[in-house]
Amino acid sequence: MIAAAETPAAREHRSQAASEQTPPCRSARIARQSLWTDRPPVREPILEVRNLVKQYPSITAVDGVSFSVPEGICFGLLGPNGAGKTTTIEIMEGILTPSSGEIRYRGELLGPRFREEAGILFQKTALQDFLTVRQSLALFRGLYDRGLDVEEVIRICALEKLATRDNRKLSGGQQQRLLLAIALVNDPAVLFLDEPTTGLDPQARRNFWELIQSIKARRKTIILTTHYMDEAELLCDEIAIMDRGRIIAQGGPRQLLQEHFEEVLLELPRQDFPETARHLALKVIDSSDRVEITTPDLDTTLRILIDAHVPLRNLRIRPPNLEDLFLELTGKELRT
Amino acid sequence: MMQRLFAIWHARNLEFLRDRATLIFTLLLPIMVVVGMSFVFGGPERPLFKVGVLAPQIDRQANPFLQERYVAFVPIGNESEGLRKVTHQQIDLLVDLRGSARYWVNTDSAKGYIIEKLLLAADPGARRQPVTGAAVRYVDWLFPGILGMNMMFSCLFGVGYVVLRYRKTGFLKRLHATPLTAFEFLTAQVLSRLCLIVFVTGVLYAGIGAVIGFHSVGSVALLAVLAMLGALSMIALGLTIAARVSSEELVGGLLNLLTWPMMLLSGIWFSLEGSPRWVQWVAHIFPLTQLLEAARAVMLDGAGIAQIAPNLLYLAATTLVFLAFGAWSFRWRID
Repeated sequence: MIAAAETPAAREHRSQAASEQTPPCRSARIARQSLWTDRPPVREPILEVRNLVKQYPSITAVDGVSFSVPEGICFGLLGPNGAGKTTTIEIMEGILTPSSGEIRYRGELLGPRFREEAGILFQKTALQDFLTVRQSLALFRGLYDRGLDVEEVIRICALEKLATRDNRKLSGGQQQRLLLAIALVNDPAVLFLDEPTTGLDPQARRNFWELIQSIKARRKTIILTTHYMDEAELLCDEIAIMDRGRIIAQGGPRQLLQEHFEEVLLELPRQDFPETARHLALKVIDSSDRVEITTPDLDTTLRILIDAHVPLRNLRIRPPNLEDLFLELTGKELRT
Repeated sequence: MMQRLFAIWHARNLEFLRDRATLIFTLLLPIMVVVGMSFVFGGPERPLFKVGVLAPQIDRQANPFLQERYVAFVPIGNESEGLRKVTHQQIDLLVDLRGSARYWVNTDSAKGYIIEKLLLAADPGARRQPVTGAAVRYVDWLFPGILGMNMMFSCLFGVGYVVLRYRKTGFLKRLHATPLTAFEFLTAQVLSRLCLIVFVTGVLYAGIGAVIGFHSVGSVALLAVLAMLGALSMIALGLTIAARVSSEELVGGLLNLLTWPMMLLSGIWFSLEGSPRWVQWVAHIFPLTQLLEAARAVMLDGAGIAQIAPNLLYLAATTLVFLAFGAWSFRWRID
């Protein structure tokens, strides 16, 4: 009876809410898949970035960046705001012209072939007014010689229920799914995603990650910029960490962590760590609301803290992550 | 190329047709102006005779007819111009005072009948040259101007602001990431706007003709070709303005800088005959002046393609020049 009394609008809202949620089993699947991401590159580079420099009158946004991206992997460009990620990716997309350096796609400088075979999701894009989701996709499909059927892209990005909706009336997560669908409409060999989940709520982010996982499963090459380390750890096979226009570390996420950390991390709330404890023989790093102690010998460190009467009821022990790596490399937090 | 061009053209058409407020405004504005002007100017003429005089200069003492009161004597440059004005009843009589003592009178004109009596009373030997032709009301003369003005605003503002909006929102940047070229994008915009203008102008031409009627003796097909070329030239002009600029204020200023001189000097509201030569020269630079001059020649005088060929060529040439410049200077994104 309740279902029968429900209005169409309410039903649609309920189904949308359901579509924004991710069942626990899916989260588990994402976690499992992240274990597979540290595989070594096995193919020829699909993209090569050589000595890239981009200078503006008052700043050098990209300062001699070089790297190559093997085909079929998800490559992450990480760094804080202003690190030069977006400038680098926009030069790679052929949108910006570099001051010097070059980009090669399958061994050739960027040209018509690259434009046919690249899919792009910018950080911020508005679409043409008064067009539905399906019409927006048809517009972009019409700009490519080859690609996927519009209905197939709608299905891949779970836009079936939104296909006839005006694109201006989509939520943030739905809008990003549409923009991803547009990026996929030409069945690209390489997909650029520039901070695709910035501004999305946690649920929408998780949904978006699932979509990207499914695209990865199709062996597409993905270039992803993000300042969310969990996103990078989950999705990327290889990462380059940027700061002030330069690459300061590059490799597989686990490989980088193993190279830079032999220790585990102990986290304590700042108020639980007395000033007197700072004289102890510990490697302490101050963070915003906590202190972090890195140690290769957990037992000894715990004994020192107990002997110094440091309260341990809020102690958290965890392996280091990419946030810690960035802190280690630059001395500052990532999201600054 | 055609597939990409069609995709952009189709999407732009959908966007315009679904923007109901703009569509209705585009249709209503010129109708309101024409109806308003017909009320203001469509009433009885002032009781004043107007006589055209073919003479190096008008010496009122030289001829008793020239001393008649309530008659305006206006100098006419040449015979063909004078004949056209008599035929359209823009003057009531044309007299030749260069020695032949001839005069032309429109036998369909009541005022011509009366002023002829005054002339013959003053100069019984004057030789009569009858012509015929219906009067051209101000609203008939104004009508092409209103259609042209509507086209001008639609071409310049409709295209200029749309491209600017696309650039500011990042839509152009997104299109730039596809195989679409600047020339394809601009051509699609031109064709989309051209279709809309042809449709709107056609509705206005037929609608206003049915409601208040107007005088048109020329070929409708030639008028359609002329309207399309005029629209193309002005759309391309709008695109050159929007090709690079990223600021609404600057685009607004540039468009006003173009539209106001065209409003005043292109002959929408009044004829430029009698204005200084340099003003006429400047006015003829504007595509709208060329369009209106040719449209009035076709509608009021029944001119054929040969007579308006210079105007058509000018409009075609400016279209190509503006489009080439627009494509060359086009910028997809805001730096």
